[in-house]
Parts: sequence; structure tokens; C-alpha cells
Amino acid sequence: MSDQRTVVVASATLGAAIGVFGVAFGVGAVAVGASVLQACALSLLVFTGASQFSAVSVLASGGSTATAFGSAMLLSARNTVYGLTMSRIISGSLPSRLVAAQLVIDESTAMAAAQPERSRQVTAFWVAGTAVFAGWNLGTLVGALAGSAIDPQVCGLDAAFPAGFVAMVAPHLRTSRGRWAALLGATICLATVPFLPVGVPILLATTGVLVGLPPERDRRAALVVP
Amino acid sequence: MSWAFVLAMGLGAYLTKVVGLVVLGRSRVAPSVDRCLTLVPAALLAALVVKDTFSVGQDLVLDARALGVGTAALAAWRRAPLIVVIVLGAAVTALARAI
Repeated sequence: MSDQRTVVVASATLGAAIGVFGVAFGVGAVAVGASVLQACALSLLVFTGASQFSAVSVLASGGSTATAFGSAMLLSARNTVYGLTMSRIISGSLPSRLVAAQLVIDESTAMAAAQPERSRQVTAFWVAGTAVFAGWNLGTLVGALAGSAIDPQVCGLDAAFPAGFVAMVAPHLRTSRGRWAALLGATICLATVPFLPVGVPILLATTGVLVGLPPERDRRAALVVP
Repeated sequence: MSWAFVLAMGLGAYLTKVVGLVVLGRSRVAPSVDRCLTLVPAALLAALVVKDTFSVGQDLVLDARALGVGTAALAAWRRAPLIVVIVLGAAVTALARAI
């Protein structure tokens, strides 16, 4: 199988999986008071799943729109880092790069980074980005339309959010620093939930990233998973 | 939900993307900032997991969600695909509630 075809097949599979996740987002968004149009607009315009889920999760717990927005933007900040990485392979006219920017997310960056040479990286970025964009937005539409007909509690959909977050956090736990940041973030959040306004513990949890401040003395040792 | 919130979310998220890809382009951020930024998903997602599993508003609770999310974590650890992890989490929670 050619590598080009591998990329297309992998991207299509990814797009389909993200589509199902999009359904969960659509249901969740409508449950916190978004209209079908607003849920779809969020997926089209924001297009970064973890941020959207985080915003809806904060709103669902009764948090303010400001804390919902804050947590979403903090999660989206990593797209800046992805953008910096992708700027090394995505060239072309300014309009095309402005379009490419909307597709800078976990999946497109990961798919591009997995390719051995530059031309394939460019293809992988666009194919994966487009497939995920299509799946995510279609899924959101379906979920938003079905939303009011579904009782999230009965279907266990309220657990779909944390389950999705678990799947998203897993790759970040492969380094010891990732595990420390996660442990710190989770501990800070749980310890402050009873005392602070809803949503604020999530923002405070980001201080867990400070474990990244000191330079890594032995890069290899830090990457070993026990 | 207000349209102002929807548009602010869209604009904010696009800014985070366009700043990296187009505005800063090939320039580098300080290595320490870069190291911290790459850890944001770990800290933030872990916090979201425990909040959505063990709390309702400002109350800490232990209910059916813990079973569902625990199962999901096990599946994620065994590198099950995203969709399997989510469906397992939701299904086990629903099942635990029904029993």
C-alpha cells in the first residue's frame, strides 16, 4: 500500500471516529442552552474539540461564560505551538495559510509529524485536517438535532465527556513531566472544587505546567515510561 | 447561550492557531515557555477528567460515573481507539445507574 493511500485511509478513519465524538459535543452543547445553529457555529468556527468540550463542561457545571471561555482558550493555546511546528512545512500564499490555520489541531499536526518527508507531511496535514473538519461538523449537526430527544443521564452521556478527556490526555502521559503535570492539575482541581466558583479550579489546574520550567537534564531519561 | 460567546470562542481559537502558523511563523518562543505550553493538555485535561467524574457543581461526589470513567481509563491505557473509550465510558455509567 502506498504511503499516500495510508494517509487517506488513516485520515478517513480518524474523521469517522471524530464524527461520533462530534455527536457527543452536539448533544452536550444543546443541553447547556445552545441552539442547533449555535452548536454548529461553535464547531465550524472554534474547531478544536478539547476547548469546545471544556467550555460546555464548565457551563454544564454552572460555571460562568468567562471561566468557560478562559478554560477553552488555555486549551487552545497548544495550537499556537502546533502552528509554529507546522509553519516549517506549510508554505504557500497568505490566503492559503490563513485557511490552513483553521485546520491546525492535534490530529492534523500529529498526522503530518508522522510522515517521513516534507511533501507527504503537507498532504497529510491537509487530508487529515479536512477529514476531521468534515467528521467533527457533521457529527455536531447530528448530535445537536438529536440533542433534545436524548436524556444525557440515562445514556451515560455525562460520562462521555470525562471518558473523552481520558482518551485525549493518555498520549500526554507518556513522559514523566506529562504525568507530573497531570497529577498536579487533577489534585489542584479536586482540592479547590468545594471552595472556588465553578470553572475556576480548571483554570488554576494549569499551574501544573510549571513542572516544565526547569530544563530537562537527561532528555532520554524523561521519555522512558516505567 | 449568547452569540457573543460563540463568536468570541471562534475568534479566540482562530487567533491561537493563526498566531503560531502565520504571525510568528518560523520564529521560536523561549524553550522554557515551549516546554510549559506542551504540558497544558496534560494538566488541563486531567483536571477536566476529575471534575467531570467526581463533582457536581461545588460538591464532591462518588457515583456511577467513577465506574464508567475508570473503565474508559483502562481502555485508554490499553490504547483502545478514541471511540471505544468514549462508548465504554458512557455505557458502563448507564449500566451502573440502571442496576
